[in-house]
Amino acid sequence: MADVIKTATRDAYGKALVELGGINDKVVVLDADLAAATKTGMFKKAFPERFFDSGIAEGNMMGVAAGLATTGYTVFASTFAMFAAGRAYEQVRNSIAYPNLNVKIGATHAGISVGEDGASHQCCEDIALMRAIPNMVIINPADDVEARAAVLAAAEYVGPVYMRFGRLAVPRIFDEDYKFEWGKAVVLSEGADVTICATGLMVKEAIEAKELLAAEGISAEIINVHTIKPLDKETILASAAKTGAIVTAEEHSIIGGLGSAVAEAVCESGKGVPVVRLGVNDEFGRSGPAVELLHIYGLDAQNIVAKAKQAISLK
Amino acid sequence: MDAVIRKQLKIKACKARMGIIEGVFNAKSGHPGGSLSCADILTYLYFNHMNVDPQNPKDENRDRFVLSKGHAAPALYSVLALRGYFPVEELKTLRKSDSMLQGHPSVKYTPGVDMSTGSLGQGISAACGMALGAKLGGKSFRVFTVLGDGEIQEGQVWEAAMYASAKGLDNLVAVVDNNGLQIDGKISEVNSPYPIPEKFRAFGWNVIEIDAHSFDEIDAAFNAAAEFKGKPSVIIANSVKGKGVSFMEDQVSWHGSAPNAEQYEQAMSELQQALAELEA
Repeated sequence: MADVIKTATRDAYGKALVELGGINDKVVVLDADLAAATKTGMFKKAFPERFFDSGIAEGNMMGVAAGLATTGYTVFASTFAMFAAGRAYEQVRNSIAYPNLNVKIGATHAGISVGEDGASHQCCEDIALMRAIPNMVIINPADDVEARAAVLAAAEYVGPVYMRFGRLAVPRIFDEDYKFEWGKAVVLSEGADVTICATGLMVKEAIEAKELLAAEGISAEIINVHTIKPLDKETILASAAKTGAIVTAEEHSIIGGLGSAVAEAVCESGKGVPVVRLGVNDEFGRSGPAVELLHIYGLDAQNIVAKAKQAISLK
Repeated sequence: MDAVIRKQLKIKACKARMGIIEGVFNAKSGHPGGSLSCADILTYLYFNHMNVDPQNPKDENRDRFVLSKGHAAPALYSVLALRGYFPVEELKTLRKSDSMLQGHPSVKYTPGVDMSTGSLGQGISAACGMALGAKLGGKSFRVFTVLGDGEIQEGQVWEAAMYASAKGLDNLVAVVDNNGLQIDGKISEVNSPYPIPEKFRAFGWNVIEIDAHSFDEIDAAFNAAAEFKGKPSVIIANSVKGKGVSFMEDQVSWHGSAPNAEQYEQAMSELQQALAELEA
């Protein structure tokens, strides 16, 4: 068996921007002194006249992105998730989302898998923050193929989009001809006993968890929720009706992210099924190797299995 | 400045002030003080300086205006209405739930508004982005933004100030409406941003200081800014908060409160008299 390709979604983002730059001369990229890390440096090298560095000033960068967008450009603004969704939250809300401007926020280094830099840089609250903003679309791709497809789709969409990318190289899940459907959750494999709704790097863990559950005679349905807002309620509720139990899995706080969004949708459907959330519990991260941290914080296939059994027991 | 044009501008500015009072009185809330202090500058920009067409408010080659001190929305709305973007009657609907005139400027609701603002410090960044867009697209339009003197306490203003000069945005003109007062009192006492000109010079801007209520000085300043190349220009416009209504002038209490019926009558009567004298 060939080695599994491992690529960080931030790398796929950088490459997709270069691809976009070649086919759309209205694409402009902004960064805040992190071009090497966010991978927008690839675009800078290819299209230096359409790349602008704001320096370490994320609030101003978001405002500049907004102003540029009013003049007809499709603007990608990048920094780490902590600074994009956290530090520049209010600029994103008031200068980008409120006027509904065509700005794509490329937030890299999301979640605990930032690794050694530690809690100050491990943003596990960005989805919660962005979800609460009207007009905002949130996409959290699972691998490099999906990340590329999401970037290309975001450029076609007119309006604000928050795209969440990781630092850690993750295994490729999808074939190169994978079609990204805007706002549509993807049922990766069908099952009968429990639904696992996963997003980002937890999709791969969910696929592994399915194998582990199968060994114990439990049939899991796997849904890749790449778009967290707007949430594809139809696909998720149809699966819930079929399996009668849901586990959510995300590299984000259990508060306000995918788990919350799914729980809200299920509760309001009036067809309640147990929803058990797996994510970073209400705590800060710490320094350490990314893969080790993912296990320490319970973000792995084994914990999805445990949560799946818990969800089934609550039926 | 030509005497006839100066007189016409004074008449427009007086009518703009009446529109401000009308709006804030009917809304029973709003910010008359800082609206009145920048009324002359806004009147000048829309009637004598900016390349805009009320019939085509989205023209991609138009000059842009960003009211970074968004709470002065009544002044912007009043000038936009007088300029023909929407009927002057609309001013009476300010801040009502079915109005096109939000408490702070919004592109979603109001024709002629180029950027949604209100949260201080953010407008100047958007103005930088617009100026950058003009340069990138090889377009000749220019970008104007008005900041409050209290507003420049926001750190983002200085992020933007650094950015504008670093990127050589000489198609951007910022105005600091320097009326000396903010909600909590004198800006020199709350958290002094003085000296303002030296700060902008240190950030690489071309600095011009004027009397914000002299159309001759306003005209000279904007023309000088238009000709200055290589750096963004900032006009420090020394103004009087509440200008044009005697009991509101230089009074911090009129930063964010509406006149009652009696005060409204007095303010309108003063402005009517000023208008009659100008039109005589």
